[in-house]
Amino acid sequence: MDLIFRNKKITGLLTILPKNEIKFEDEIDNYNFTKAQSLKLKKIMGYGSHRIVESGVTISDLCIYGLNYLFNQELLKKDTIDAIVLVTQSPDYILPPTSNVIQGKLGLKKEMICLDINQGCAGYEVGLFQSFMLLDQPNINKVILLNADVLSQRVSKRDRSNNPLIGDAASITIVEKSEIENTIFANIKMNGSGYDTVIIPAGGFKTPSSSTTAEMIEDPEGNFRSLDHLFTNGDKIFNFVLREVPPMIESLLEKANITKNDVDYFMFHQPNKFTLNKLADKLQISREKIPSTILEFFGNSNGVSVPTSISFNLGERLTKESLLICLAGFGVGLTCASLLLKMEYLTFTEIIYF
Amino acid sequence: MEKKINDILSEIRPEFDFYNETDFIEQGMLDSFDIVSLVSTLDKEFDISIDGLDILPENFSSIKSIIALIKKNGAK
Repeated sequence: MDLIFRNKKITGLLTILPKNEIKFEDEIDNYNFTKAQSLKLKKIMGYGSHRIVESGVTISDLCIYGLNYLFNQELLKKDTIDAIVLVTQSPDYILPPTSNVIQGKLGLKKEMICLDINQGCAGYEVGLFQSFMLLDQPNINKVILLNADVLSQRVSKRDRSNNPLIGDAASITIVEKSEIENTIFANIKMNGSGYDTVIIPAGGFKTPSSSTTAEMIEDPEGNFRSLDHLFTNGDKIFNFVLREVPPMIESLLEKANITKNDVDYFMFHQPNKFTLNKLADKLQISREKIPSTILEFFGNSNGVSVPTSISFNLGERLTKESLLICLAGFGVGLTCASLLLKMEYLTFTEIIYF
Repeated sequence: MEKKINDILSEIRPEFDFYNETDFIEQGMLDSFDIVSLVSTLDKEFDISIDGLDILPENFSSIKSIIALIKKNGAK
């Protein structure tokens, strides 16, 4: 589905990462690889270190820490916030919405909208779409888009498919109306028939957590995980990404009447280096234009991987320059979404550590 | 080409005799991470980039199918 948004802009971006850093080498003994196999995979997949929250830290802790930083630095004023859109798959509670928890703890005004969205790998794009739509309301001038996940707590340490790459993080994106006319082209595709490709099978109302769901089971590849843990069908998700994303990007550029050369960067979700390199080759885009460094330095933090990549790879440049950027997310759902927008002269782009 | 591929496979999984097996996937000789390693090495050794959509188990079931795959992707 093609989408068009008009006269919206991103004016600030903050990424919050846990201080706690775990190196791939520290966990090699958890997996049933030889050391040589592990080190080879490290290079191919781009494993390095991943940032994991300390036990008990939740997404509201990361978001409140980041928002207080912005208030204290006078980069954001509390009474200007008209809506909070929080995209997460690891809420503090099943209910109430964690966006309400954040609003309450920060003492924000009551004349506002708080909205939680359950999305993962395409969560940044979906969150931006929702923020843009809210900004069409005359009384909404500033939306705070929060992307946050602490899914490491639901990943088995003995799962070599997920554990080396999982990362926790949060990001705060300020989205506002633009005085300068612009058009943002976007598209989104959903395929719910693949809902079980990336899934935490237990812990919801369908299969509540119990002693049975907590039992560790070995899969054919030698991974140990329980039904309470994140499961990813790596082959299926890889095939989905390589099949769906290239035509989605081609179609987006065509609709916008833009060539690949016109785009400064393709900021894609960060599943692993191998997938991103294959995507770059398939799209015939130089690998340098699709940064794939986030997994190596911080881990894959689902919907936060795109804003983390922007903050880390472009950083202060975005406060001084105008860059045409194609964003894309793909994964759980199954969902894939992309958009093309100018990011220019932001008030701030920073990374802070919790 | 056949020997080179056999050498690459043997480096990834030295415990198996790839010359005398007919279905590496069915026999459990290659898992998904082995295929990732194999693709990465084939790309480098033959100066190609195997199309992501061709990374399917059936294309890695034998030395013959791997030769067909890399030829399709430009190996000479």
